[in-house]
This record gives sequence, C-alpha cells and structure tokens, in this order.
Amino acid sequence: MAIAPPRRDTAANGTQVILSGDTMTINMGPQHPSTHGVLRLVLDLEGETVTRCEPVIGYLHTGFEKTFETKTYLQGVVLTDRMDYLAPLSNNLGYALVTEKLLGIEAPPRATVIRVLLAELTRINNHLVWLGTQALDLGAMSAFFYCFREREVLLDLFEMMSGARLMTSFIRPGGLMADLPDGWIERAEAFLREFPAHILEYESLLTENEIFKERTIGVGVLSPAEAQALDLTGPSLRACGIPWDLRKIAPYCGYETYDFAVPTLTGGDVYDRYRIRMAEMRESTKIALQAIERLPTGPVMTADRKIAIPPRAELATSMEALIHHFKLVSEGFKPPVGEVYTCIESPKGEIGFYMISDGTGKPYRCHVRAPSFINLQSLPPMSVGGMVADLVAIIGSIDPVLGEVDR
Amino acid sequence: MTAQTGPTTSPDSTPPPAELYAASPTHVAVHMAAQDAVAATFGEALLEVQTFRGETTLVVARERIREILTLLREHAETRLDRLSDLTAVDYLDLGQEPRFAVVYHLMSRTNYARLRLRAPLAEDDLWIDSVVGLFPSANWPEREVFDLFGIEFRGHPNLTRILMPEDWDGHPLRKEYPIGAEEVEFSFNHEVVDAERTQTTREREERYSPHRPVNNF
Repeated sequence: MAIAPPRRDTAANGTQVILSGDTMTINMGPQHPSTHGVLRLVLDLEGETVTRCEPVIGYLHTGFEKTFETKTYLQGVVLTDRMDYLAPLSNNLGYALVTEKLLGIEAPPRATVIRVLLAELTRINNHLVWLGTQALDLGAMSAFFYCFREREVLLDLFEMMSGARLMTSFIRPGGLMADLPDGWIERAEAFLREFPAHILEYESLLTENEIFKERTIGVGVLSPAEAQALDLTGPSLRACGIPWDLRKIAPYCGYETYDFAVPTLTGGDVYDRYRIRMAEMRESTKIALQAIERLPTGPVMTADRKIAIPPRAELATSMEALIHHFKLVSEGFKPPVGEVYTCIESPKGEIGFYMISDGTGKPYRCHVRAPSFINLQSLPPMSVGGMVADLVAIIGSIDPVLGEVDR
Repeated sequence: MTAQTGPTTSPDSTPPPAELYAASPTHVAVHMAAQDAVAATFGEALLEVQTFRGETTLVVARERIREILTLLREHAETRLDRLSDLTAVDYLDLGQEPRFAVVYHLMSRTNYARLRLRAPLAEDDLWIDSVVGLFPSANWPEREVFDLFGIEFRGHPNLTRILMPEDWDGHPLRKEYPIGAEEVEFSFNHEVVDAERTQTTREREERYSPHRPVNNF
C-alpha cells in the first residue's frame, strides 16, 4: 500500500473535496468469481474510486498458435474449439473458411447453409451464457436459471449432431463433419419458434428492473471514438452507436442473402451492451429460421478426395478410397504456398485467422486475431473513474473468454 | 484374389476457378492506389507486392513503417484507418532472409478494403518502430509479439511480456523453440528428468518456486 500526499479535487457539484491521500493498490483475481476466468486486475483505488486499472493476462496461455504448427490442418480444428469455449462453432467456422481459402475451394451449398444456422445458434448460446453470468454478477440470480434452461436445449442439439456438447469440431475445412441427424432440424426449429417468448421472459426480469438499471445505466461508458481507436468489435462497439458487423460489411457464407438487421444503440454503457445482445438474439433467431427454410439437399463435404476423408462405407470396397484415407489421416492435405487472412463476426467480435502455408500438410504459421484479447484493452478506459463495485458489471459487459484472450 | 475396385469417383485436385476468391473491383482499386501511393512517396521502401487469393501484401522497409501507415490512413483513395491485426512470422524453417517479419492487417472503415503490410527484420537487428501512437489498439498485440518473438518495438509505452511469466527465458513462437522440451515428471522417472534439467531451470525454480519458504529467518 503506497501513501500519496493529500490533494484537492473538485466534486461534480463544484465543491472542493480534500481527498484522503491514500491510494490503495489492490489485486483482483486471477481467482475471483466475477472475472470470468483467470483474469487478474491490478487496481489503484482512492476510496472506492478506481484511478488505475491494469489487466494482467496470460494465466491460461496454452500456446495454441505454436501447437497449430505441429498439427495437420484437420487436427487444428479441435484447437479452435478450445479457445472460445462458449462459441466453438464460430471458431470452427473461421478456421474452416481460412483453410478453404488457402486451398481455393468452397464448401457445398448445404454445408454453407448449415454453417450459418450453427453460427447463429452458437451466437444465441454465447449470449445466453453471457446474460446469465452478467445478471448473476449483479446479484440477479433467477435470470441465470432461465438462460441455462434454454442453453441446455442448444447443447443437446450440438450433442445430437456432433457427439459433443461443447467441443463440437463439427465445421471442418471442406464442409461439415457429417450431415445433420434425422429429427435434428425439427427440434431446432421447435426451439427457434418458441425462443422469442423466452427472450421476453429474460427481459421481464431485467430490462425494467430498477436495481439492474441502477447498476448498469451510465456505467462503463466508452465514446465511439475511443472504441474505434482501441479497435473494439462486436456487440460492445454496436452499443456505442457504430453499425459495424462483418456479416453486413464483408459477408461470408452468403449472409448478404439473409434478411436481418444490425441493432445499434448510442449509450455505450453496460445497459446498452445488454440491450444490444438481447436484440442480437432476436436477429439470430430470424437468420436461423431463414436458414432452415432454405436448407437445400446435397452433400455436406466437398467432393475433392484430396481434401475430404472418404465415407466409411467406401473403405471396404475401394482401394483408392483406402489410399486417400491413409494419406489424409497421416499427412493431411497440402494447400499451395501462400498466406491468407479471413475473419468472421463471432459473438464477441471479429475473429480472424492469419494462416501461412509452406506447401506441407501443416500450417507454417497460424495466428488468431482473438476478439476477447483486443476487446479487453478497452477495460481500463471504461472503468477508470468509476466505482470498484461497477468494475464487476463492466468486465462482464465486454464478455471476455480468457481461453481466447490467452490462447 | 482380385481386388474389389469401388466407384472411381475421385476427381484430382483441380485448380480453383479464378473468380472464387477474387477481390471486388473497388478493393482492387484500393490495393492499386495503396501500392501507387507508397511507391510514389517512399520509392524503394516498397520492396515487393504479392497477391494471393485476392489479398494484396505490400512488403515494405521497416524504417518507414510509421510513415507508410500514416500515409495509407490519410490518403483519400485508401483510407486504411483501422489496424485489425498485428503479428509476426519467423521464416527460419523456410530458410528465408531476413528471418523475421512483422505483419500488419489494415482495413478501411469507409470502403471496407483490406491490405496486408509486411516489414522484414533481420535477426541481428531486431527492432521496428511502435505504431501505438497511430493505432492505440496495437498496444497489446505489440507486447505479444515482443513476448513470443523477441522483437523490440521502439517507442512502445510499456514493452513487457504479456502472456509468458516475466522471468521466462526465450520466445516460444520462434521456430527453434522446441515443443515439449520439458519432460513431464512422474514417480517412475523423476530422477532421470531431474538429472537432465539444465542449470538455468534449476536456478529459476529455486528463485521462483511457490513452495520456497516465505520468511528466511
């Protein structure tokens, strides 16, 4: 604890206040229930006012970018699940798209539509976990149970199609792991039809809740200029009044053909970040239903046998399929020499993959532009000058996942 | 015994259609404008222009990186005013010289075009100017590159390790840095593993072990 000399300051109503002169440096995290993972903050406090906030990260550093270099392109998919474990399908999609761009191929139409459907279900899944934990951080416990009730339905759907609830690895370079099982579409559609009613339930708990509004309105305000300078992306940027969504400005997977809006608000505070995500869940529901409506028939994996692993049934009858299988599993496919950068709008912002191929079966370099990592830089300007109790609300509102921050 | 041949439906890899990943005409115009502007203003600082799958890379001299980024941001036809990503590459395994390169991914907030800049760096002269003054978002990415590659960013406000512990030796994303260099210790092999430890590892453990006594009375 460092002691600074006493100093005067001007309060909001113009009166002179003599501050105590005691600046206390405290440590929040890395083991703290409200830091959403192993995030450590070094705080300088004057009374209860935050005068400095310095995030310290790296407690979950696992070296994914180094590990990518030792895995084949197909094996790399499983690493992307583990970065942002609340939106694994978005990460799978970004990785699949960058690998396909290196290869110069495109997934079949049915796979592309299913990808859109899954990306939007993942966005809902991510926002549900975000909403539940954010409300829990602010003392509203019931919202958490409602959110996790619906999330369970989504996880059941993910389990039904991929066998895994969290680490799906379902979207792969060239297409999908498999087609959707029988009855999946009906279950997903039933969920999507009833989901808007559930959003109303969450909103009835929080939107007009006096305590929730007191804790969030005007808290953690970031100006649009600051947000752009710090390259904030995702819902937090749209809450500052900037309609920035890669699905609109640089469409991928045919997003330009879907009818949806990019909700924006101008408050730039925690409350608006909450309302933006609620609106986004509604838009995601719309997109997912449109995807179900237009779902074409056909294969879900590219026909190129130099890239796609042959179907199991063919291995018993075709020598050629067996050879392809062996080569693909042991060496993997070999994209041409080159470098590409592809990004998608993940639930948290722009997730970008920068991949360099040296012509072998493993990426020479794979860098991930992680939205949580970049967005977390905005935490100090949001929190300095505010109360330490509001910090909990602000951290949650950025929606960082430390697995993605540290990679 | 005759081998059962299945359906021979295995098309060989065909080159992709040219239009699949081609950049849109407006983006191509931005790429050309950026290339012309850098060439006209800085001359031989523009070392090379590469195009692959509709993406353009300008290879530039590291001495002018701040000026080039400023130019591309202010220039009316490029307006590349957003640094979406900053990272580095180690070309050791490809045998390229110079060994390192810092990579900037720029994007425009008005015409949505993207452009990649690459500044090669030699191993014995490993520094580049920091661009935090131009793009505040470059702060943490530059610290990450410093941490994982050991590249110095001159003028950075707080160039310290960000992901690895402060006392870490080496830079993990360099190609010569091994994966799994430290063998996992089990009860059946801990004596062997212990004996193979390097002196520095042992010293570091003695200094920083969480189990060391807090008060040395």
